Amino acid sequence: MTFEPKILGFLCNWCSYAGADLAGVSRIQYPTNIRVIRVMCSGRVDPVFIAEAFIEGIDGVIILGCHLGDCHYISGNYETELKMKMLSKLLNFIDFSDRIRLDWVSAAEGNRFAQIVGEFTEHIRKLGPNPLKEKKKKIEILDNLNTIKAVLSDRRLRGLVARQRELTTEGNVYNKVISSEEFEKFFDDAILNELLRHKIMIKIREKGKSVPNIAKEIGIEPYKVLQHIVTLRARGWVDVDEINEEIPTFISIKEG
Amino acid sequence: MVDEEVKIGVFICHCGTNIGGILDVPNITEYAKTLPHVVYAADNLYTCSEVGLTQIRENIKEHNLNRVIVASCSPRTHEPLFRATCFEAGLNPYLFEMVNIRDQDSWVHMKEPERGTEKAKDLIRMGVYKAALLEPLEKIKVSIIPSALVIGGGISGMNAALNLANRGFEVNLIEKEPHLGGLIRSLNKTYPTNEDASKLLEITNLVEENKKIKVFKSAIIENIDGFVGNYKTTIVQNENLTKIESGIIIVATGASPLSPEGYYSYNGKDIISQMELEHLLKNNSVYANNVIMIQCVGCRNEERKYCSNICCMGALKNAMLIKEKNPDAHVSIIFRDIQTKGTTYEAYYRKAREKGILFIKYLPEKPPVIKKDHIQVYNEFLNHEISISYDLIVLSMPLIANDDSETLAKMLKVPLEVNGFFLEAHVKLRPVDFATDGIYVCGSAHWPADISECISQSNAAASRASTILSKDMLEVEGSTAEINEDLCVGCEACIKLCPYSAISKDEETDTVIVNKVICKGCGVCGASCPHQAITIHHFTGDQILSAIVTYGGEE
Repeated sequence: MTFEPKILGFLCNWCSYAGADLAGVSRIQYPTNIRVIRVMCSGRVDPVFIAEAFIEGIDGVIILGCHLGDCHYISGNYETELKMKMLSKLLNFIDFSDRIRLDWVSAAEGNRFAQIVGEFTEHIRKLGPNPLKEKKKKIEILDNLNTIKAVLSDRRLRGLVARQRELTTEGNVYNKVISSEEFEKFFDDAILNELLRHKIMIKIREKGKSVPNIAKEIGIEPYKVLQHIVTLRARGWVDVDEINEEIPTFISIKEG
Repeated sequence: MVDEEVKIGVFICHCGTNIGGILDVPNITEYAKTLPHVVYAADNLYTCSEVGLTQIRENIKEHNLNRVIVASCSPRTHEPLFRATCFEAGLNPYLFEMVNIRDQDSWVHMKEPERGTEKAKDLIRMGVYKAALLEPLEKIKVSIIPSALVIGGGISGMNAALNLANRGFEVNLIEKEPHLGGLIRSLNKTYPTNEDASKLLEITNLVEENKKIKVFKSAIIENIDGFVGNYKTTIVQNENLTKIESGIIIVATGASPLSPEGYYSYNGKDIISQMELEHLLKNNSVYANNVIMIQCVGCRNEERKYCSNICCMGALKNAMLIKEKNPDAHVSIIFRDIQTKGTTYEAYYRKAREKGILFIKYLPEKPPVIKKDHIQVYNEFLNHEISISYDLIVLSMPLIANDDSETLAKMLKVPLEVNGFFLEAHVKLRPVDFATDGIYVCGSAHWPADISECISQSNAAASRASTILSKDMLEVEGSTAEINEDLCVGCEACIKLCPYSAISKDEETDTVIVNKVICKGCGVCGASCPHQAITIHHFTGDQILSAIVTYGGEE
């Protein structure tokens, strides 16, 4: 039996959902795989929703909004773009970024809607099922996805993305405008750090572990793990579990 | 309601053969009955017919349904009807959820009925999971102060004020100068009728004498607060503060002519601006025999990319007036592109040519050079430099945004475009509206406009404004954002994100709050909030996640 991917679509009420309706009125046929969740604006789509979709085994997620400049809510889709960029960067670390697509469809583009959905379905079909479905990989992939979800739920990257347009156009509290390139560089560092920190958190969720052991498990140098542990302790997320022969082990004390 | 057991009714529409002819509707109906919380499911030929609607109403009562799902066409067309039906049966209209199995299923999967049927089942299941978490919401009612505030007493503002007063509304008209009239006061005659500008200024008397219009001159705006139906504006006149309450605001602040200082050896004597020429013509004191006008001075360049719209016609008018008075005068217009749109204006241009006015095109990279008594300009068609003698040079300067437009825009919380003019909600569909409800724009505040454009735009703005002023109450969508105080840390990121400035810091309580009247429920703030402290009602995280989980989890 051929693989029939499960595709989830987020469509904004004013443009892309209307475009999808127009495809119907025009009887333009496209693959049946997509299930649509209507939102008022593509800017409503919290990246956490998409991480959750992958955790639930969905194979591909498509997010469609009004064309840039045409948003019913003036600037909502610019925010969508920034949020999805962050999501894509994170998913890139676990080889999932190919499973999302952000695009723009106007209310007049029934054809374009059908074409994009057709292409994306075919693309996911070729890519194969969500690797979560492979028994051997399941635990590893689930850990990865939960790490991504935790990063996306945490205030650090969310705060940066929420302020990105303000920082790169109006400036920060000192009225200093940060160039997009500067922001990008800073942001990439932040993504990598947060990803590692949440990875560590997941590794020490149930059991205290020493720095060298954590380093071995996630494949980075021990001194880097130590740096992150210091940060995580300062956040009040991690504490010393016990000390064995002068080597401390650390455990997550984060709620929720 | 919260503790009440969730009872969902699902109504599945055949839509004649549109759905029923392709999907297996009876099978879908049986499936719907097996879903959690579903206490009733039925299919019918047309759910939107009176028979179908009655079935919904009756079953809400009979089965005590507290959630209703209709699986049929698009919520974009039919949600209002089904919501109203629920409301009639005593159910909060926000406890209704629609599933699209026609436009986005049967019509687009006509050759795959089985897989289309499976899709419909998934969509209905997702709808059921979302519906179980729906919460009742109330539309918000806002009272409306039935009076208008018009900012700017030029031709646009005066006309808008008069228009609204004639509809019976109280109008407050504020002008920063000591006189009404705006730029028209500096004009001699107006194109294309060549009427005296003073004639148009007769409208000033109509405004001043109108009992419905309160005029505030030499008035500066200090502060603007509020939202649609309830704006509160503070103005200062001679150190006296006045508070004006209004349901709507019309921005008719006009624009200012760019100063000719520093352009083409301007000296105010034999090299003057078009505005100064108006003044000379008014006093009948143009004695020059060789007049040269230069177009597009200080605009359509890197600094100011736009065309000022009114200068070509203005130059044609003044050139012809000079010719009329002194037929022997030589008048040349050195231009880049003559813009005379429409039949009347184009006829005006032809008339100017017939009168013997000389038109010489110049290239922006080779602008004319002014010498002591002649002007040198490269002519593209002759591929040659030509010189024309002059005793008067007139520079056509553009209108630019007022230097206080940014201050006003900030107070109104409306956007400006790159040149500092006010930016409308949509260039084609909403040309005199701002995205913010109850604020409108007309005349040169929006873009350099000539008098007839000012009149049509101000009539349009007044007409749009009266759609609000004529109501006693305004109903606003209940599906808005709400900040959870316990989770909010006051980072204020959402304040900047909101396209409608609906979120602000309440200085008294020191918390960030959403003004539900202004909020449009787009959800951008909720999806971006660093602390996930914002609930987007009717599209909550829980509702959406619930639909995702049931779609993904089903094997």
